[in-house]
Amino acid sequence: MKPAAFTYHRAESVEHAVSLLGELGEDAKVIAGGQSLVALMNMRLARPSALVDVSGVRGLHHMVLEPSGELRIGALVTHAAIEDYPLVIPGFEILPKAAALVGHWPIRTRGTFGGSIAHADPTSEWCLVAVLHGARMVIEGPGGSRTLGSEDFFGGPFMTDLGHDELLTEVVLTEPRERSAIREFARRAGDFAIVSAAVAYDIVNGRMSGARVALGGVASVAVRAPAAEAELEGAEATPEVFARASRAAAEDLQPPSDLHGSADYRRRLVRVLTERALADTLAGD
Amino acid sequence: MDDTATPAGGTRWTGNKWVGRPMSRLEDAALLTGRGRYTGDIDVPGTLEAVFVRSTVASGEILGIDTTAALDRPGVQAVVTATDLAATPGLTALLEREGFVTTTMPLLATDGVRYAGEPVAVVLASDRARAEDGAESVVVEIAEKPAVISIDQVREGGAGAVHEEAPDNILLDSTLFSDDLDSVLESSHLVVTKRVDTGRVVALPMEGRSAHAHWDGDRLTLHTSTQVPHMVRSAVAEQMGLMENQVRVVAPDVGGGFGQKCVVAREEVIVAVLARMLDRPVRWVEDRGENIVASFAGHEQVHEMTAGFTAEGVLTALSTDVWCDVGAYSAYPFTCAVEPLMAAGELPGPYRVPRYAARGVAVTTNKSPTAPYRGVSRPQITLAVERLLDEAAARLGIDRAEIRRRNLIRPEDFPYTGANLVTYDAGTYGESLEMCLAELGYDRWPERQERARAEGRLLGLGFVCFSERTGYGTPVFAGRGMAVTPGFDTAVVAMDPTGGVTVTTGVSAHGQGHATTFAQIVADRLGVEPSQVRVIEGDTDAVPFGWGTFGSRSIVIGGSAAHRAAGRLAEKLARLAAHRLEAAPADIVLENGSAHVRGTPARSVSLAAIAHDAHIAVQHLPEDEEPGLEARDSYDPPGTFSNATHGAIVEIDPGTGGVSIERYVVVEDCGVVINPLIVDGQVHGGVAQGIACALYEGLDFDEEGQCRTATLMDYLMPTAMEIPDFELHHLETPSEHSSTGAKGMGEGGTIGAPACVVSAVADAVAHLGIPVDRIPVTPQYLALAIGAATDNPDPGEQT
Repeated sequence: MKPAAFTYHRAESVEHAVSLLGELGEDAKVIAGGQSLVALMNMRLARPSALVDVSGVRGLHHMVLEPSGELRIGALVTHAAIEDYPLVIPGFEILPKAAALVGHWPIRTRGTFGGSIAHADPTSEWCLVAVLHGARMVIEGPGGSRTLGSEDFFGGPFMTDLGHDELLTEVVLTEPRERSAIREFARRAGDFAIVSAAVAYDIVNGRMSGARVALGGVASVAVRAPAAEAELEGAEATPEVFARASRAAAEDLQPPSDLHGSADYRRRLVRVLTERALADTLAGD
Repeated sequence: MDDTATPAGGTRWTGNKWVGRPMSRLEDAALLTGRGRYTGDIDVPGTLEAVFVRSTVASGEILGIDTTAALDRPGVQAVVTATDLAATPGLTALLEREGFVTTTMPLLATDGVRYAGEPVAVVLASDRARAEDGAESVVVEIAEKPAVISIDQVREGGAGAVHEEAPDNILLDSTLFSDDLDSVLESSHLVVTKRVDTGRVVALPMEGRSAHAHWDGDRLTLHTSTQVPHMVRSAVAEQMGLMENQVRVVAPDVGGGFGQKCVVAREEVIVAVLARMLDRPVRWVEDRGENIVASFAGHEQVHEMTAGFTAEGVLTALSTDVWCDVGAYSAYPFTCAVEPLMAAGELPGPYRVPRYAARGVAVTTNKSPTAPYRGVSRPQITLAVERLLDEAAARLGIDRAEIRRRNLIRPEDFPYTGANLVTYDAGTYGESLEMCLAELGYDRWPERQERARAEGRLLGLGFVCFSERTGYGTPVFAGRGMAVTPGFDTAVVAMDPTGGVTVTTGVSAHGQGHATTFAQIVADRLGVEPSQVRVIEGDTDAVPFGWGTFGSRSIVIGGSAAHRAAGRLAEKLARLAAHRLEAAPADIVLENGSAHVRGTPARSVSLAAIAHDAHIAVQHLPEDEEPGLEARDSYDPPGTFSNATHGAIVEIDPGTGGVSIERYVVVEDCGVVINPLIVDGQVHGGVAQGIACALYEGLDFDEEGQCRTATLMDYLMPTAMEIPDFELHHLETPSEHSSTGAKGMGEGGTIGAPACVVSAVADAVAHLGIPVDRIPVTPQYLALAIGAATDNPDPGEQT
């Protein structure tokens, strides 16, 4: 469990990182917290020829709530920083709850938000939140910056649209919601979830509006559940509606079967966890 | 215990001052502050790192191994294959028993591979990373054959042979007890047949296996992470054609074993062979991936039982066929028979069974080989017999506790010899059951469970009784037919000229705290403080020949040997003190580092003064006394039984199938407790391991024999987050078969916990008719079964 040989480069700035990535070629990888990459390297499942360490880059540790209500999160913000953020972030109350579900505490102190998004594990909590909140990924490359929506950014398990010479610098969460919740099921505390479900909506005139349901562990990337959202939209937030929406969330899915869970089990978990997440949104009532 | 167990006789101490105290462990300061010294810490200049090239397929014929590219990698010094080791005969575990097929485990795969993970070549390099570079450059060409992967596949027939010597893949088929039970079963009120399946688990000690060997031209020094240094010495000497006095085996600090290190690993032998062959020190440190896929596993069994009961629930007869998947090889020296013989030999456990028939079968498959794993078949037989009793109780309409009361060995039965010809010494079977039930609130349970069910919650209560045979002596292993026959052990207790005490024994701790418990035992015998007693183990140059630590033997056998040897030394100290104090030896009391005349504390002499004279000024000794203060004794017990009742309350989340353990109660009797902290720690760790077997861990293989659970992300070793707090209670029935009255107890937690958790889970879903006869019980199984049984689109409120 020792990695194959690689060279190590410490980036001083975003521009420096991009230029290093360009020079070092396609086999170079960005490393930030290293909580996924180092394990993969030790098992030689990842064999980068070079690592570009961005952990010393300044200016990627911000969390800024824009007047528009959108939230900009710097790529190097750690899971623990989000979990322990001292203020309530209106419209994004789901963040600390999701952060607490990421790995174990030591992992959360080193692993980064941007690193998780760029790693694109289909059961990652942050990929789920990105899909729930219609995230825009801000990417710096040799030709300047570009922005991609989550539907274009995530290409599949551990696959994104990021070029080898590009760096994810920021994620913008959009569509703040008054109420949100996340639920997941894992065999052990801190494991990647078998299935995760996140929900969010506003209440307008006593009815749900802008309803969002996102699911992890049921496809190659985190996905929205449009049928469930349709059940919620415009309805009152009642257990009956929640049950209907949860069934709808599970109905159309063709989740994968693997060692951790069969398709049938994952469908059941989707229904159960979606319903529980929705119930959680009433906890303050 | 009284002193009659010591050959020297006499009572000259004032009772147990240290035995029974919850002393902090003397070894912990070093271990907890990073000053432990493990095999991986051994550094000799010039050491080469070894990395094994392991087969990527489960079964096949080796067509060729190309090492050229590997030798070209920077830092690679050598690549070794089976051809280079032709002079070593390989490890052959022998059993003199009908129905046993002898097979050999070559040090490296020779013409064929028998499991994915089997070592095929060794790469030696200046450091581990470069050795891994070399290992991935070795090209092994294998003609793959279909893999044999399960007991059922072997039973169906038609599978290829893992070993030519065993065309049917049966390495042992032994009928231990043949009794025609048909007439008894026919006349029984109820006959229950049951199959129980248990998953394959791997021990995962915190420190994996590792070895460091150094050849000095004439003599080998092998540091290795082992439980059995002398067994390793014998095996290494045999493989290398050396006298045993040319081999020094040292087990330095060892970070856990759980049985995985009580057999001889081919890797540790190879490291020794290569150190001489290359004339360079060689080190191998197993990584976690190797420990999961390539090290010794255990516990994969199928039990098929038939039992007869009277209308009152009293067992009339029991027959069992036990099938054990022993993997690709028979581990040296215990052989692959260890699981089937243990299971078939001890199945009735704590229950009186008048008629018994048992057959044990070892099935070889293309999976990593097995070794004794903490509990060795007792977790499986406990699960099997307890499932049987729960089912019989349900079908007869008898309370689960009551059916156990009617079948447990009773106080008036001791010593009780069962139909399995095992003799149980006194224990507290019924008492521990009643105490556990009281702690659990069993009387009030039905109402609580009903209330919970009315709220859509699934609560279950389970409890199991078991016996834990410990301190296996020579007759047991000889009875199995083992060519290498462990049993006795030896201790030497010596006092140096300053009065310091050194104990050397053949047992070998790997986390059990012998440095503390043996010091407590000896301190009481000699009237000194435990801090003055140094315990040395694990170095074959320094300790008497012994069998190491496994099978909960150390406190029973090594502890008795130390107790007896210390008693002999106490006798000599008393004689020398009597001479100085002009008193009779029988009147001498050893206490607080001094010897005094009974009833006259002022007439005393320090042990240090006696010790000084015994070495430095022997002219002061009585004429008939030899110089020095050293005593030696051995002990070989008939075995002694600990017992316990475990009880648990669990809750199943009907939506996810997740199981949480609300309470876990252990009422345990291991005789005289030497150190309550260490005993409690053993129970904690053991129960955690048993919970792991019940709910989390299981090696999973695909049809090609590839392990699908090759990392700790997929092989679900639970963490502290999944393990509940434990409620521990102790009863104390002193053993008549150990000098201290202590019984072994290193495995009980693991023995009881799987059955206990399963019993509670089964109780939680009993009203839904869901069978729970297979471990690990997964949330998926429970959730889908609950879903099918309730056919309810709404899985209930969150819990």
